[in-house]
Amino acid sequence: MREVTSAGSHPGELELVAALRRRDESAFLALVRRFHSSMVRVARVFVNSDAVADEVVQEAWLAVLEGIGAFEGRASLRSWMFSIVANRARSRALREARSEPFSSFEDPEGEPTVDPARFNPPDHPRWPGHWCSPPERWADEQLLLKETVELTKRAIDTLPSAQRQVIVLRDVEGCSSEEVCEALAVSDGNQRVLLHRARAKVRAMLEPHLRRNA
Amino acid sequence: MSSRVPDQPTCREIVELVTDYLEERLSLDARTRLEQHLVYCDWCRVYLEQIRQTIRVAGSVSEESFSPQRQEELVRLFRDWKGKK
Repeated sequence: MREVTSAGSHPGELELVAALRRRDESAFLALVRRFHSSMVRVARVFVNSDAVADEVVQEAWLAVLEGIGAFEGRASLRSWMFSIVANRARSRALREARSEPFSSFEDPEGEPTVDPARFNPPDHPRWPGHWCSPPERWADEQLLLKETVELTKRAIDTLPSAQRQVIVLRDVEGCSSEEVCEALAVSDGNQRVLLHRARAKVRAMLEPHLRRNA
Repeated sequence: MSSRVPDQPTCREIVELVTDYLEERLSLDARTRLEQHLVYCDWCRVYLEQIRQTIRVAGSVSEESFSPQRQEELVRLFRDWKGKK
């Protein structure tokens, strides 16, 4: 069994890992409560039914139990577990030929993330490339509304899969960029491009609903 | 009045830099120019704030809790694993 070091771990994590290695059921339940819903969301970005996501996560839990003895603590427990889920979900999706293969870097890089029509043309005499149709401030209260959260969820669901994977892990689950790169096996640069495009699109989809007095 | 200084970034360029800015991955020079732009451009400040708001609202996308039935299944899985070795 490997020595677990403290690098990248969260408070209480090492104790949970140690207890799980002793096959302590309450440690397992604590992990389930902490991570299960997140794992389902991660699985769900690869496969397109809740039922399949549930199965994948069930398998992933078994893999976590089987693999806990080899967990070294170099990555956080969370990113280690998410990478198990992501790998299983990805191969499951490929097997069912449901996911796009990793051509998922769909939109060509360098394509603008904000509609070019919202800026002055390059030959504008005074302010080329500056906003001609600028964004209007959003009220913070509106962000808290259930409709806004629902709308955000739907907006994320419409994203191309690689972008969806990154924004779910980063902004919904609150993972660090290192954790996302680890879990999805993407480079830091790719991760950032995908995140940029994803956030810009979700913002654009929220915009018509959040304009003041809209 | 002079028009804009040619090497100043345009708003159209700024919006493509916001993620690198928030991720603290811009060079010092690029960051300085972006921040200078934000000083005078209300609209780009609004855009940046909206990206931050988008991140915040994404963070509140629901925590579905799972059913007691699911929890039982997982406990069974655990006990099978424990009994196996």
